[in-house]
Amino acid sequence: MRAPGSNAGVAAGDVLLAVENVSLRFGGVKAITDVSFDIRKGEIRAIIGPNGAGKTSMLNVINGFYHPQEGRITFKGRTRSRMRPYVAASQGIARTFQNVALFKGMTTLDNIMAGRTLKMKRGFFWQMLRHGPALAEEIEHRRQVEEIIDFLEIEHIRKVPVGRLPYGLQKRVELGRALAMEPELLLLDEPMAGMNLEEKEDMCRFILDVNNQFGTTIALIEHDMGVVMDLSDRVVVLEYGRKIADGVPDEVKRDQKVIDAYLGVAH
Amino acid sequence: MELLYNIFVGPFAEMARAPDLLVQTLWEGLVSGVLYALIALGFVLIFKASGVFNFAQGIMVVFAGLTLVGLYEAGVPAFLALLITIGVMFALAVCIERAVLRPLVNQPDIILFMATFGLTYFLIGFGELVFGGNPKVMIADELYLPKGAVDLPMFGGLVSLQKIDIAAAVIASAMVAGLAVFFQKTRIGRALRAVADSHKAALSVGISLNQIWVIVWFTAGIVALATGIMWGARSDVSFALQIIALKALPVLILGGFTSVPGAIVGGLIIGIGEKLGEFYFAPAILGSALGRGVESWLAYFIALAFLLFRPQGLFGEKIIERI
Repeated sequence: MRAPGSNAGVAAGDVLLAVENVSLRFGGVKAITDVSFDIRKGEIRAIIGPNGAGKTSMLNVINGFYHPQEGRITFKGRTRSRMRPYVAASQGIARTFQNVALFKGMTTLDNIMAGRTLKMKRGFFWQMLRHGPALAEEIEHRRQVEEIIDFLEIEHIRKVPVGRLPYGLQKRVELGRALAMEPELLLLDEPMAGMNLEEKEDMCRFILDVNNQFGTTIALIEHDMGVVMDLSDRVVVLEYGRKIADGVPDEVKRDQKVIDAYLGVAH
Repeated sequence: MELLYNIFVGPFAEMARAPDLLVQTLWEGLVSGVLYALIALGFVLIFKASGVFNFAQGIMVVFAGLTLVGLYEAGVPAFLALLITIGVMFALAVCIERAVLRPLVNQPDIILFMATFGLTYFLIGFGELVFGGNPKVMIADELYLPKGAVDLPMFGGLVSLQKIDIAAAVIASAMVAGLAVFFQKTRIGRALRAVADSHKAALSVGISLNQIWVIVWFTAGIVALATGIMWGARSDVSFALQIIALKALPVLILGGFTSVPGAIVGGLIIGIGEKLGEFYFAPAILGSALGRGVESWLAYFIALAFLLFRPQGLFGEKIIERI
């Protein structure tokens, strides 16, 4: 597999994505209020916070599902306030979902192939004829998808409709589909939710490998604090839609506001 | 005992006695099956890409047919009228995407289903306003569709095949083959199936819902046009034709809502089953007076049996629901 984003203009350690003063409201409900943080190229960035803190909303803003009322988002040096999800995808932002969103009727292979939609260039006419360049292209994409399948150790479920798979494997297929997009920024919404210890360890290993081998920048939401502190380079903490802390895991762990947010505070 | 004889022996003895009549009956069943399949195909397209039963498919057939004939009557040459009609179907797809589908992204399927009802009544009103309510005659000759019949001597009798029916069978087969490959083998086909399963997942991998919907409704429009021409050439083009949409339901239940080949096989089974039932089985079982009416309900009866034992149809994707 080619290292995703290896030809990007952003060097490792530079800011890949910057969120500035973003506010998001649904009617009277303030989901996010004036939040700013950045994600640097090559790092694993965790977003944590109690339930309802606005973590998933933040991911939805980043990949264009939600349009914030205020604030700016700069990705790879380009600033925008509104962006459609498929444009975000074409610029290199991939994601997984909290409650797995897969194409249930399709096989593992087809699901991951769907992740390569944007990479395929040949017209459908030639694809229908399965001829010449279109066939070569299909074979090349198929080869890369097989590499992802090997990487995630899901060879045995290649032809199984994903709706039949257990939850842990579905999460893995979803990660595979996101990887197939060769993203520069990978957004993982609770990649370990509902998993047992062994599955969690596997998923941790995959996330670290993706980060190390392909240099993919990762932003993840996770509730398992052990996992967060082990995996991430930097952590941003949200509570009631506001940012209350931002820094390396050790700092954040000792931050009094974070401890109060998680354990509650005596009034 | 006599009832068993009437079911298991009588009809077959009848078939063996006049094989030419049997071939004729089978052929007529085949043809109506192909025509059912054409309608069902339009439904399958939309169902595959949005998980919605498009109630408006029937009126789209009428609308496409009326546009074609209306343009010809207004003095446009036949083939130019055909091209313009294709353009109109494209414009219709774009309008539906903008006005109906886009505002309803991520809504439950039932809401989209109800929206297709709205679309149906809009198209009925709009069609009557533009083309008037009178039935029109399809311009079959001007489009060089063959007419007349071929008589084949067979089993000592004559089997008569209408040329227009042969043309319908050929066109339908070509369309089905093309669409099946399109769905299975192309990037857009895969994207269509993806959109049907999950809007947000499709968006997250960079599939543009807007583009996909225009493509699929346009394709359904083309299928509707082909259906309108073929059905129109056999009777005439009128708003009554939209009722054929209901005939597609049993075909879809039989073949599976998500399967292109299923639409064809389902259409053929229903078509042939109806004719055999009408000529051989029903008169023997129900008596000739009741038996003649079997065509109007047999298809629904078969569909009901399928719903009980194989709700996903013959070729439908397995229904998977984890709890």
